[in-house]
Amino acid sequence: MSIFRFFSKQTSAPTARERLQVLLAHERASVGHSDLVAVLREEILAVIAKHVQVDGDKVSVKMDRGENVSTLEVDIEIPLNAMRAA
Amino acid sequence: MAKVIVVTSGKGGVGKTTSTAALGAALAQRNEKTVVVDFDVGLRNLDLVMGAERRVVYDIVNVIQGDAKLPQALIRDKRLDTLFLLPASQTRDKDSLTAEGVERVMAELKKHFDWIICDSPAGIERGATLAMRHADIAVIVTNPEVSSVRDSDRIIGLLDAKTERAERGERVEKHLLLTRYDPARAERGDMLKVDDVLEILSIPLVGIVPESTDVLRASNIGAPVTLADSRSAPALAYHDAARRIAGETVPMTIPGEKRGLLGKLFGRRAA
Repeated sequence: MSIFRFFSKQTSAPTARERLQVLLAHERASVGHSDLVAVLREEILAVIAKHVQVDGDKVSVKMDRGENVSTLEVDIEIPLNAMRAA
Repeated sequence: MAKVIVVTSGKGGVGKTTSTAALGAALAQRNEKTVVVDFDVGLRNLDLVMGAERRVVYDIVNVIQGDAKLPQALIRDKRLDTLFLLPASQTRDKDSLTAEGVERVMAELKKHFDWIICDSPAGIERGATLAMRHADIAVIVTNPEVSSVRDSDRIIGLLDAKTERAERGERVEKHLLLTRYDPARAERGDMLKVDDVLEILSIPLVGIVPESTDVLRASNIGAPVTLADSRSAPALAYHDAARRIAGETVPMTIPGEKRGLLGKLFGRRAA
């Protein structure tokens, strides 16, 4: 144990507890398919695929599952010639 | 040239995931592009130990089944930009990991990485055999305890029979990583000593990781122990092990001596 940690008295168990609470809340939700972020992700991608020929390499999806706020980031490169005739 | 490492043990709870994360971070810190791959479908934990659990979008099964491209499933570490994670699926069953699928994923990873570290699930079933299948190097994680040593011996047998290298008549480079070692108890005669385990398993030693509260603390905060406190005893042991795996010659030390002021004053009593 370093001297720095001895004086700072920073413990790691509360971090473990909080991480587990957030993770398990999301995992339990995903069993019943009520994980909103995952549902939104799939539906957004489905809507885009309906209108644009999506190349898997040009789609980047990032998620951050937080305690009160989750973020979903969908980054898609849409080339002009990928537009389908509607 | 990419090298594939499997971290395996047969027995559960001996420190495979901890060791995968620690060695992965240690190799990535050498500025070599490293990916750690979780093969424990249904019971993934490498994401949690790496502190990336909130950021998992796709997993290895999604890639195998074509639902996602490999780059979409890879998660870049927030601390080290040479370190990546390919998570296992939490919701699929173990049969969704296919031999052909794993082969394709491995071939693609080899194009992009220097080190591919496969975290094997416990046991000797499909997940474990697929994790070792493409290995060039095996790190056999063993505790100085009878059931762990026995299971390691079983795994060594499988490495000589069920890997691609074995089938080609080549050898998988095997290394023993002794974890949760307590030098004081070994000295008192209440724990198998390093030499006992080496004599029984007769494979070369790559590192001795001491039993330490630093390991639990690192997993609590979600950081590989080599990143959480790089000067802690287990971190130093993993750094040395990583250097040996990379081909360097590093003198083997038996950990346990107290570091810091008190340790220096009283010298190396434990060892």
